[in-house]
Amino acid sequence: MKIDLTDTTASKINKALVQGRRAIGTPAVGMVLTMVIVTDEENAYDSIKAAEEASHEHPARTLVVIKRHARTPRDRTRSHLDAEVRVGADAGTGETVVLRMYGEVSEHADSVVLPLLLPDAPVVVWWPVEAPDNPAKDPLGALAQRRITDLYTTENPLVELEARARSYAPGDTDLAWTRLTPWRSMLAAALDQARVPIVSATVEAEADNPAAELLARWLEARLHVTAERVVTAGPVVTGVRLGTENGEIVIDRPEGPLATLSLPDQPSRTLALKVRTTSELIAEELRRLDADEMYAIALRGEATKENPSDV
Amino acid sequence: MISDWDNPLRDARDRRLPRIAGPSGLVIFGVTGDLSRKKLMPAVYDLANRGMLPPGFSLVGFARRDWADQDFAQVVHDSVREHARTEFREEVWQQLAEGMRFIPGDFDDDEAFKQLRQTVDELDAARGTSGNYAFYLSVPPKFFPKVVRQLKKHGLADAPEGSWRRAVIEKPFGSDLASARELNAIVHDVFDPEQVFRIDHYLGKETVQNILALRFANQMFEPIWNRSYVDHVQITMAEDIGIGGRAGYYDGIGSARDVIQNHLLQLMALTAMEEPAAFDAASLLTEKLKVLKAVKLPEDLGRHTVRGQYAASWQGGAQVVGYLQEEGIDARSKTDTYAAIKLNVDNRRWAGVPFYLRTGKRLGRRVTEIAVVFQRAPHSPFDSTATEELGQNAIVIRVQPDEGMTVRFGSKVPGTSMEIRDVTMDFAYGESFTESSPEAYERLILDVLLGDANLFPRHQEVEESWKILDPIEEYWDRHGTPARYASGSWGPEEADEMLARDGRSWRRP
Repeated sequence: MKIDLTDTTASKINKALVQGRRAIGTPAVGMVLTMVIVTDEENAYDSIKAAEEASHEHPARTLVVIKRHARTPRDRTRSHLDAEVRVGADAGTGETVVLRMYGEVSEHADSVVLPLLLPDAPVVVWWPVEAPDNPAKDPLGALAQRRITDLYTTENPLVELEARARSYAPGDTDLAWTRLTPWRSMLAAALDQARVPIVSATVEAEADNPAAELLARWLEARLHVTAERVVTAGPVVTGVRLGTENGEIVIDRPEGPLATLSLPDQPSRTLALKVRTTSELIAEELRRLDADEMYAIALRGEATKENPSDV
Repeated sequence: MISDWDNPLRDARDRRLPRIAGPSGLVIFGVTGDLSRKKLMPAVYDLANRGMLPPGFSLVGFARRDWADQDFAQVVHDSVREHARTEFREEVWQQLAEGMRFIPGDFDDDEAFKQLRQTVDELDAARGTSGNYAFYLSVPPKFFPKVVRQLKKHGLADAPEGSWRRAVIEKPFGSDLASARELNAIVHDVFDPEQVFRIDHYLGKETVQNILALRFANQMFEPIWNRSYVDHVQITMAEDIGIGGRAGYYDGIGSARDVIQNHLLQLMALTAMEEPAAFDAASLLTEKLKVLKAVKLPEDLGRHTVRGQYAASWQGGAQVVGYLQEEGIDARSKTDTYAAIKLNVDNRRWAGVPFYLRTGKRLGRRVTEIAVVFQRAPHSPFDSTATEELGQNAIVIRVQPDEGMTVRFGSKVPGTSMEIRDVTMDFAYGESFTESSPEAYERLILDVLLGDANLFPRHQEVEESWKILDPIEEYWDRHGTPARYASGSWGPEEADEMLARDGRSWRRP
């Protein structure tokens, strides 16, 4: 069910949500979090779709904040808010409110979002594109426990990565890091089998790939070696080589979802390493809402201290 | 090789990395059986698909079939296609298929076990399974002695230095105390108690694990979880199916041995136990054992236990035959397809609070639940007409289907007059954590590979449970015959009378 509201306010939107829920016969809700998506019109459709798919695992109220740039000077001075309320089958397992903001109100998006947050439930903000320089200090970011950015969608990812490292606050996370989880778990599993000290590391990836940079920094931090970055044709990360005394541990994924794992003195075996969809990445992000300390370590690329309480 | 190896890529703070089992393999005996095809193989695939299995994980099937490795892979492929929970992905399948082996043979066949030994050694070398193997005995218990002896004889039960060997067994764990002890002795002769994992798939269900979270992670339930507030507890496991093709196994065993001894007494132990010192296998065992040992049977078993057999009738729009007309059942069989018993737990928390356990086949619908029914309010300021429709408060833990929890309490009916009626408040797993909830077997197989024994009953619990059930079975053997109940109903009238004697009634689940 969809309810369109023009030139509206947060309290009218709240009323429409209750009305929508009653109309479809489920006044009780089991939503576990509020997801705020801050995006432009161009990326709104794909982001909402990904969030709705992720809502099958984490039923959520999704608030989509779209800042519109009016064409005429007259519209630019007139500040107003349009909303589209979707409940039931139109909104995955939760409910979705698309907020289109024109004029001055778009500078005060937090005043619209705050009354629409679910009581007591955690808040997650996701910027599919154009994340603020300092997510935690952003007015919307400040409302959230968890702030999701995506280095893949920036013009100059490696420069942005440095900015993220400088502005890091607990609760920050980036989808470039999320994309690495299967790689990292397979590398950890490979090391479980090899059980030998690592003396060198190489990450092979397409040029300017932020995930590859994070992977290299993570390996440097954990293994106390200098990771070599090798540029390949891609796509994304194509391989990792860890040197040991008796040979190399290699995970090689030239293309497609099938990778090959080779350990010294053992025959190689195949591994499934799929490039995951955005909705899968978001679902993983929402599984834990506390600070991701390992992301911070990878971001800074510091060698980890032996005592975890020092971090 | 370093024995005390600390993987630098793992860290307690890195919570994204899943609990991946270490290098290991799974050997399934009786791999052609129903359970293996419908549950075990799909669960292995689902684990692989979720990235929980180590690279090089190997699956070895053992059965009396003239198959090559490829034939076995094809069978697994078909069962995965049909029964797996997660979508089929070719690349995951390829990763898994490389590690599949099949050993044709009988359990008496020394050659076959020699071949198994070679296969295990070959996999260690070729796939890096590092000597870690779990042996899943998906075979009738009468074959347990043969299989474990063969494993011992061929050195498969002894783990090389730094690796592990584990045995996984399924119910029934004996048919009475004596046979359970005998079975345990046979298995423990070869495997240490810590190496033996007894599967009670109910314990792998999210809701059952949630009983402990609900009770011990919250503040609002535990203060009323005792005799001062609880009137009684009803634990129900109902099935709508008959015995199907299991006549050979079922006749002479019956529902009490099949269900109450393991599933229901485990659910009861989790509901009634004290807070464990820690969430680990040893502490859980201690507390569950304490409760099971405190269980006391009613003096008059005739008045407080009921058994029944389903009779021909209409069930849910289909005509079904009675138990005695089922194929392969003796027309004079006294086997129970329904059992209801009353138990008391003699400790400070539960003295005077009866636990009613019931199970049956061909009942109204398939449902498993634990209902904690509370006492009425000691005083009501409302007049009796206002509260006429108010029942007792209850917390119901729905184990299956539709996993979740219901709280029942009284609420004012909207309108001018004061009228109070029962309403329910619902928490559904399917609503708050949809789709992520893994199958019980996935969880349990992963726990076996990780060596986490929290969700597996130990032999002491099995023996203690038989001590509870044996006197009831003996009484039933000596007295009377099973009551009849119409298929599709909620059990015999005698069971309703049994509760009516205590001034209570069964919930309609």
